[in-house]
Amino acid sequence: MEGRIDYYPTHECRGFRFRKGHVLPFGATVVGSGVNFSIYSSAAEACTLVLFRKHEPEPMVEIEFPRSFHIGGVYSMIVFDLDYEDIEYGYRFSGPWDPGRGLRFDYSKIVSDPYGRVIGGRDLWRAEPDWNDLYQHRARLAFDDFDWEADHPLETPIQDLVVYEMHVRGFTAHESSSVSAPGTYAALREKIPYLKELGVNCIELLPIYEFDEWDNNRRHPETGELLLNYWGYSTIAFFAPKAGYAATGQFGMQVDELKTTIKELHRNGIELILDVVFNHTAEGDHRGPVISFRGIDNAAYYMLTPEGYYYNFSGCGNTLNCNHPVARNMVIDCLRYWAAEYHIDGFRFDLASILGRDQNGAPLSNPPLLESLAFDPVLSKCKLIAEAWDAGGLYQVGSFPAYGRWAEWNGKYRDAVRRFIKGDEGLTGEIATRVQGSPDLYWHRGPTASTNFITCHDGFTLRDLVSYNWKHNEANAENNNDGANDNNSWNCGWEGETADPAVNELRLRQMKNATTILMLSQGVPMILMGDEIGRTQKGNNNAYCHDTELSWMDWRLVETNSGLLRFFQKVIRFRRAHPALRRRRFFEHSDVHGAGILDISFHGLQPYSPDYSSWSRCLAFMLSGHGAPELDADIYVAMNMYWDALPFRLPKRGHGGAWTVEINTSMPSPDDIFDPGQGPAVSGDEVIAGPRSIIVLTANTHS
Amino acid sequence: MALSMHSSIEGNTARLQLVGEVDGTTAPQMRAEVDKLLNGSPQNLVLRVDELTFMSSAGLRVLIFAKQKQPGLTIYVVKPQAPIIDTLRKTGFYDGVYVTETEPALA
Repeated sequence: MEGRIDYYPTHECRGFRFRKGHVLPFGATVVGSGVNFSIYSSAAEACTLVLFRKHEPEPMVEIEFPRSFHIGGVYSMIVFDLDYEDIEYGYRFSGPWDPGRGLRFDYSKIVSDPYGRVIGGRDLWRAEPDWNDLYQHRARLAFDDFDWEADHPLETPIQDLVVYEMHVRGFTAHESSSVSAPGTYAALREKIPYLKELGVNCIELLPIYEFDEWDNNRRHPETGELLLNYWGYSTIAFFAPKAGYAATGQFGMQVDELKTTIKELHRNGIELILDVVFNHTAEGDHRGPVISFRGIDNAAYYMLTPEGYYYNFSGCGNTLNCNHPVARNMVIDCLRYWAAEYHIDGFRFDLASILGRDQNGAPLSNPPLLESLAFDPVLSKCKLIAEAWDAGGLYQVGSFPAYGRWAEWNGKYRDAVRRFIKGDEGLTGEIATRVQGSPDLYWHRGPTASTNFITCHDGFTLRDLVSYNWKHNEANAENNNDGANDNNSWNCGWEGETADPAVNELRLRQMKNATTILMLSQGVPMILMGDEIGRTQKGNNNAYCHDTELSWMDWRLVETNSGLLRFFQKVIRFRRAHPALRRRRFFEHSDVHGAGILDISFHGLQPYSPDYSSWSRCLAFMLSGHGAPELDADIYVAMNMYWDALPFRLPKRGHGGAWTVEINTSMPSPDDIFDPGQGPAVSGDEVIAGPRSIIVLTANTHS
Repeated sequence: MALSMHSSIEGNTARLQLVGEVDGTTAPQMRAEVDKLLNGSPQNLVLRVDELTFMSSAGLRVLIFAKQKQPGLTIYVVKPQAPIIDTLRKTGFYDGVYVTETEPALA
């Protein structure tokens, strides 16, 4: 085959040589000595490729796709002799401007490639853009030359995960982080030893698809603080990593930096789940900017009203038309790309219920996108986790179309545990269900469908959950109208920070109670960045716009709250040491292996007498080590959320050794949690659980 | 700023001294030179970079190219300036090369 010439130019425009390209793959791909550009529009009349030298204000050439380069609605061409490192590209589309019919073509605008794998324009976080630039979000080329060595997605069984939800920038932006490049992927890599010591084996990153932190920026009228799109739930380009999160973003090397971080995470046994936002884009409603989709195929990518306006099921101005075949294919292509190119271990879908709506917004019983993702061969080992609600009122916790594959953020778990911990009455029945992995919701899927969490980025931090009765969002400049009002929080007697030692002791205990229940529940636990060191947002439960210390992790708290951190480290290890806590299947409520006790049994102050009455605030349960997926110790958990100490009489077991205390949240550190089996032995047949505290015991299953 | 290069081959070792800047414009020159050196299938490639003030992504990609063209090749980067070390570290290239303060005794 030597000497073949498969790619040769047939056309020329102002010194640029080109030829007809390949329709697939979409995007810009290096082929031989050229770059293949391919883009789709169902309704455009013509398309022009616009090429820039990097950072140059004016294009170096614009090449209209000759008619012979169209196949169906796809425009493709190969351009030769380009300097791959130094070009940026976009498109102009000709077509009707007829918003009533959903057509918004504007040839004067240069639009970004929906399949753009690297996007320039926001290369350095928080550097104010040149607002006069006619092309703000510039597509660039990505290269396939990263050396992954033997790296591979970890495929950790989902029941074994302990997830840590975090923000790339917020994790290390604070000067106390002591990293070389604060707020970046590289800094995250530097902090992997901290994550390992904490014991988590999966991190879930808030959005890292390219977004614009300047989106909807404004100054707080009183403080003057610059408010930004800090969280990033507003995608510009689904295939491109956020350049401003890379220390090397200014050099266009964000792909390498992110991949290096992922490789190092995997080397340390830590999976990476991405929080992905396919429900809307940064283009907003009809008043928003033309960045990409709107100028290419508006009616295909967005759900439109009969009048041509944008449905707003996302609460963010527009709604991606996820079950239109074009948008659907883009979503699938995108996730496959991230799974294959970046070795991503799983995805958490923001407002995922939108992905189950049809083109008019009606919920589908069998949504093609969700079904396709569930059975996709490339994604078959990826975790798929839905935030099973949307801003349009569709709430699908427990009923999300799962196809036996999808897991969910369990909002009902969060609400029930929060209320139980703060001492609400009548929660014991629901808590008994929640600690089993919520069989009422997921009986057909198993407990691993339940991502259990008490806090996440959206809402109070754990410390604020026990420090505030009400949200304090004045810093968001929305008159405290934003953010949730139903927080199920309790301030332990004083609103906000206090020097009162009794209040602070109770708060500390409540944080330990919350974490203990979370780690001892069936399902997949998720904790929020900084909860392990008592991070506060000063009562702000919607800190989406604060790129400040308000939302950053303050690493000085590692020292200040070392006792709490130690507790987290050990309770996570306790979970990981006990297979009885990590079941794939629900309990059978029977003596499965003839061990003399049920696989799970519930108790009250007296054995086998759980109090499910409307005034009850305490509950105990026992897990049989024989009933665990692998032979384990028996585990007994007494949860007393009453304000006084209560005696729990221990159930009899027909086998095994004596009970040993593992956790007692009423005790100060280090007597609150012990290394496995190193706690004091229980004498007698009862334990006293202090006010608002939890005791955890284990006993060998053999004598 | 331009790039000037000086190369030599001695036994199994190819040496390339880079002076100036490797950016998008000059990286193709560097790549051509590395390509030429690799035609002799050396085991070691020693890059003397103490007088190199800037290396762009295009320059770093030449290192990847060298590794891909000749698996098993050992690359030494001798006396890089701090910004270049920094970029090598953050992008992960640091793990694929030997960064040294003195030129290794190779033949």
